[in-house]
Amino acid sequence: MRVDGNAMGGMLSEVFAREVTSARMACDGCGKVEPLGAEHAYLQAPGMVLRCRHCEQVLLVVTRANGAYLLSFRGMRWFELPAEP
Amino acid sequence: MARAAVRGRLNWMLGEVVELLDETPRVRSVVLDIPHWPGHRAGQHVDVRLTAEDGYQAQRSYSIASAPEDRRLVLTVERLPDGEVSSYLVGELRPGDSLELRGPIGGYFVWEARMGGPLLLVAGGSGIVPLMAMLRHREASRAAVGARLVYSSRSWEEIIYREELERLASGPDGPQVTHTLTRSQPPGWTGYARRVDGAMLAEVAWPPSHAPTAFICGPTPFVETVASALVLLGYPATSVKTERFGPTGG
Repeated sequence: MRVDGNAMGGMLSEVFAREVTSARMACDGCGKVEPLGAEHAYLQAPGMVLRCRHCEQVLLVVTRANGAYLLSFRGMRWFELPAEP
Repeated sequence: MARAAVRGRLNWMLGEVVELLDETPRVRSVVLDIPHWPGHRAGQHVDVRLTAEDGYQAQRSYSIASAPEDRRLVLTVERLPDGEVSSYLVGELRPGDSLELRGPIGGYFVWEARMGGPLLLVAGGSGIVPLMAMLRHREASRAAVGARLVYSSRSWEEIIYREELERLASGPDGPQVTHTLTRSQPPGWTGYARRVDGAMLAEVAWPPSHAPTAFICGPTPFVETVASALVLLGYPATSVKTERFGPTGG
């Protein structure tokens, strides 16, 4: 079931040590720019999957296994994190 | 520097349950006293983690119901069928128990008085919770921001915060509150008795010309129906913020 990127905020704060649901990104498929909290999230896959709300391209996959976080940013052109949290 | 001092890092912390409030037969509010709570903004959520004696852990997200101005943090939880976390929180938690949580989480689905309005809030069932934090914040901060709430419940008995909403709505500059009851209605009910749709929103929501900001929270199909209807009414997509309840609601 689809939820919002907002729901990944807790998990991603483990990785980035800050609030990231306001961080913006550009989809590599359609080019649209949105804050993470507005994209679509799927939490039931192995790991968490973030997809573009416009074209459903996979933007980001986050898994935690074997004592490591594995992040794939394959579906985005850029990810913008404000310098001052 | 201690890791805990790094700004923005969310650490798991312990809150003490000081009070439990029955809101409806299936919904309970958990009032927490959390030492060193960093404060929150209306619309944010927390992650709650339960640990069994054998080490098994289960984690879910719950919206914060209290206003930033309130002295204590309040979570309002609906018991879901087979919900391993919600059934514990609604059925077994007692005053004096400790609860492990981290937060506040989220910077997107939030409203602060200084962001202005007017506000259109659309809730399905327990989707009212983060929107109630916004209404409580609006009241506590005496924000001069118009607010309209459209709230879909299955029945009169299942309206969460019913009396508080009545009180808020009857106050000067109170929000306009529109209920719709989708499954059963009390005798003499003259309000809406169907799911939220475009025709209903055209009647009770702000016209797009008022440049409202919309917050929608509820089950995924509800949120997507309402968001699409608002865009069809002329709301810019960027003015419509959504919070879908997914499988983590258990």
